[in-house]
Amino acid sequence: MLKRLLFLVLSDCGVVLPLAILCTFFSVATLNDQFPTGEAAARQVAVTIDRSARVVIVVRDQSDDIEFAEHLQTQIAKPSIAAVVRGEPKDARETLRKLNQRIDVIACTQQTASWHSLADLANDYPALGNPRIVQPTPYLWPDFLKPTNLRNIASQISIIAIIAIGMTMVIITGGIDLSVGSLIALSSVIAATLIRSYCGGRDAQPLGVIAACAVAILLCAGVGLFTGAVIRGFDVPPFIVTLAMLLIGSGLAGVISQDQSINDVPSSFAWLGRGADLFNLPNGVVLMIVLYIAAHILMTRTRLGRYIYAVGGNREAARLSGVPVGRILILVYTLSGMLAGVGGIMMASQFTSGSHNFGVTYELYTITAVVVGGTSLSGGEGTIYGTLIGAFTTAVIANGMNLLNVQSRPQMIVLGFVILGAVIFDSVRRRRRV
Amino acid sequence: MTTPLLEMRGIVRSFPGVQALRGVDLTLQRGEVLALLGENGAGKSTLMKILGGAFAADDGSIAIDGRPIRFRSPQDSRRAGIAVIYQEFNLIPGLNAVDNIFLGKEMTHARFIRHTQQRRRAEELFRRLGVVIDLDAPCKHLTTAQQQLVEIARALAFNARILVMDEPTAALTSHEVECLFTIIAELRKQQIGIIYVSHRLNEIFTIADRITILRDGENVGERPLGEITRQEIVSMMVGREMSGEFPPRSVTPGAPRLEVIGLRGGLAVREVSFHVGRGEILALTGLIGAGRTETVRLIFGADRRDAGEIRLDGKSLRIRSPQDAIAAGIGLLPEDRQTQGLTLRHSVRENFGLPNLDRLVRFCFVRARQERDELRQYIDALKIKMSGMEQVAGNLSGGNQQKVVLAKWLARQCEVLIFDEPTRGIDVGAKYEIYLLMNELAAEGKSLILVSSEMSEVLGMADRVLVMHDGRVTGEVDARQAAPEEILKLAMA
Repeated sequence: MLKRLLFLVLSDCGVVLPLAILCTFFSVATLNDQFPTGEAAARQVAVTIDRSARVVIVVRDQSDDIEFAEHLQTQIAKPSIAAVVRGEPKDARETLRKLNQRIDVIACTQQTASWHSLADLANDYPALGNPRIVQPTPYLWPDFLKPTNLRNIASQISIIAIIAIGMTMVIITGGIDLSVGSLIALSSVIAATLIRSYCGGRDAQPLGVIAACAVAILLCAGVGLFTGAVIRGFDVPPFIVTLAMLLIGSGLAGVISQDQSINDVPSSFAWLGRGADLFNLPNGVVLMIVLYIAAHILMTRTRLGRYIYAVGGNREAARLSGVPVGRILILVYTLSGMLAGVGGIMMASQFTSGSHNFGVTYELYTITAVVVGGTSLSGGEGTIYGTLIGAFTTAVIANGMNLLNVQSRPQMIVLGFVILGAVIFDSVRRRRRV
Repeated sequence: MTTPLLEMRGIVRSFPGVQALRGVDLTLQRGEVLALLGENGAGKSTLMKILGGAFAADDGSIAIDGRPIRFRSPQDSRRAGIAVIYQEFNLIPGLNAVDNIFLGKEMTHARFIRHTQQRRRAEELFRRLGVVIDLDAPCKHLTTAQQQLVEIARALAFNARILVMDEPTAALTSHEVECLFTIIAELRKQQIGIIYVSHRLNEIFTIADRITILRDGENVGERPLGEITRQEIVSMMVGREMSGEFPPRSVTPGAPRLEVIGLRGGLAVREVSFHVGRGEILALTGLIGAGRTETVRLIFGADRRDAGEIRLDGKSLRIRSPQDAIAAGIGLLPEDRQTQGLTLRHSVRENFGLPNLDRLVRFCFVRARQERDELRQYIDALKIKMSGMEQVAGNLSGGNQQKVVLAKWLARQCEVLIFDEPTRGIDVGAKYEIYLLMNELAAEGKSLILVSSEMSEVLGMADRVLVMHDGRVTGEVDARQAAPEEILKLAMA
């Protein structure tokens, strides 16, 4: 009974469970004193100050600190503020020396509170009376779960996650696409070359940049179409065909770029890779979310999605049920190529350049994400959201271990074992089912 | 009387939904050729697979030289001196005859294969068989008859004392058959016992000493060959009560709807023409390998046809893929529901929807509710037993799996429905329900083709019976007047 229950839990949330465990682990392992900054810190400090108290605010000349100072000023009655120091420790010393009145409170941020110039108030500044220093109180919170860190994780994985959408579809049909890594390079190189040669290089207009990117993505889709046509037309194993395409794509990228990275692109090109226009979310992450929603709907609600599952589940049964197997195969490789092209543009945008070195071994990380996400390599089974979770699982492992100062080689070992665990789990689950 | 070489007693074996063997006895003497006869599905293959160690018997005993023995694997059986030559040869196509003969039992010295000695032994074996075979050619380049000889040589190399041959002449020319018979006669002289499974009565009368006949997993007769006539054999194979097994039919077939003219494809279908009328059930029967399944697959566009025209209601159809056939209103319930009819890992609902998605789609989106509603309707009508629509098809029983295949094609509302062995491996109750449904479809004016090896089913269900042999139609009989013997004779040509 218990075994049955456990099995049910594992098979239904088998994909989420490792991610949840990892997140919990890294949250506990990276628990740390956190100091509020900016507005939150100001609000916290403000309530500890009496209305009648005379206050000096000491902050560094930094955006977080300035925000803190400004918010604090609005929350304390104007007349009670004796001075605001913005700068270095010596600025604080000077200001406090000059002040010739009684002070009750010196409001600091976490950093300024430990300044040496504020260490011995009674001896250094006898004129001030006996002020106390207030600062935001620290609280315990995992480094891992800080919003900036979470945003980092999402941002780091967005390219692989987007390519993994196409890979999931390919793997669900029972195939594999090893060419995506090289298509990243090809796409970035084509886009950057087009921008340099036809759109005016660093002075290119946004429209020209968009057109160049569109051409690059379409060309990658064309490569995918070719791959699919070969696989379908000559009945060659996808592994071999896409392995060949990996070499061809990577070689083409090198030839086109003449083994140089191409940097003649306008700074506006960084919008996709570095911008964050919506709710402070990086644009790449927004694109990823949009694509995932679209792909999920495609796979679960449309005829095409059902056909993709059918082709991978039992090709002969699908054919005898009137599924256009050949066209479906061509389509998934085309989509995979196209999404790899999108990934290439994102990477080019992050680095504001195109290079034949981009995307090396990305096919492996992409396949890892798909497999960890519960998609069976034998085809017919798998989900889009599973892949997203799988991508995040790998990203969380890398990120968490970075936070724990684990070197990159041990990280590879752990990731390797995670993949092993995922496929063993998949195999055990399948044996139980049929 | 001496102890028999092989004695099988009360062998029982069942598969989910079918009782394949219900206590079968079989004895074989040294130097004897025993012919094992029976209709398709009578249990011959199952019995031979038990002897070969491929299946375990549920009950019963096997004794060799009077000593009881148990087989847990094909290796056990081989060690006991039994060699089974299946219809599908067990040769590695890329290896030559010598390597195939000694595969798994290589002659070695300190773990290295002793090629020269193996070769010498192989030459000796073939000399014993009185044939010459190119020992260097990979087996895929040998003819079927030569490959068979390699199999026989392999059996001899293992010192097999019992040789089982399943339909050994199915793919041989008449000259090759004569050669094979010479070899069998030679083996008999060497005190080897041979079980010869075949449908071909002529051959049996030439070669066999004794026959054992199976029907529905039971012994129905065992005689020395001299004491039985051809007619007796056929009626023993067929003879069975047929009333009550099939629902009554009251449809009079109308004008031809589907017409197949001069159909040819590959080696299996050489020349087939027929028509099916409105409300008619046409049975396509014949022995295994006669080309029945291949014929209907050509009609459905599953394989490419070399020649021939397919017309529906007088209009010539362009069928180049199953898609075309489905669009034209033709449906096929394939022979093997597990590998061709269903995706076992997917849910009943997904399987059901597959051929119907084009109807169930609005703006590319599948109308999930309509899909479920339609499925529910067929679940009720066909009494499909399952825990729910999301149940994995592979977990259903054979009968229910077949009903799911049926449901997916019924929902398609095809004008012509082809049933390829629709009741194979299905329990009696589910069979009857499928028969009822076929009658209903015929009453609605659809045209049905029933491919079946079961004589009773053919005669019980069909209006007309088309008998095939070797890729050709060898006869057409009215099902209501036909005698089973007549059909069997046509099938054996």
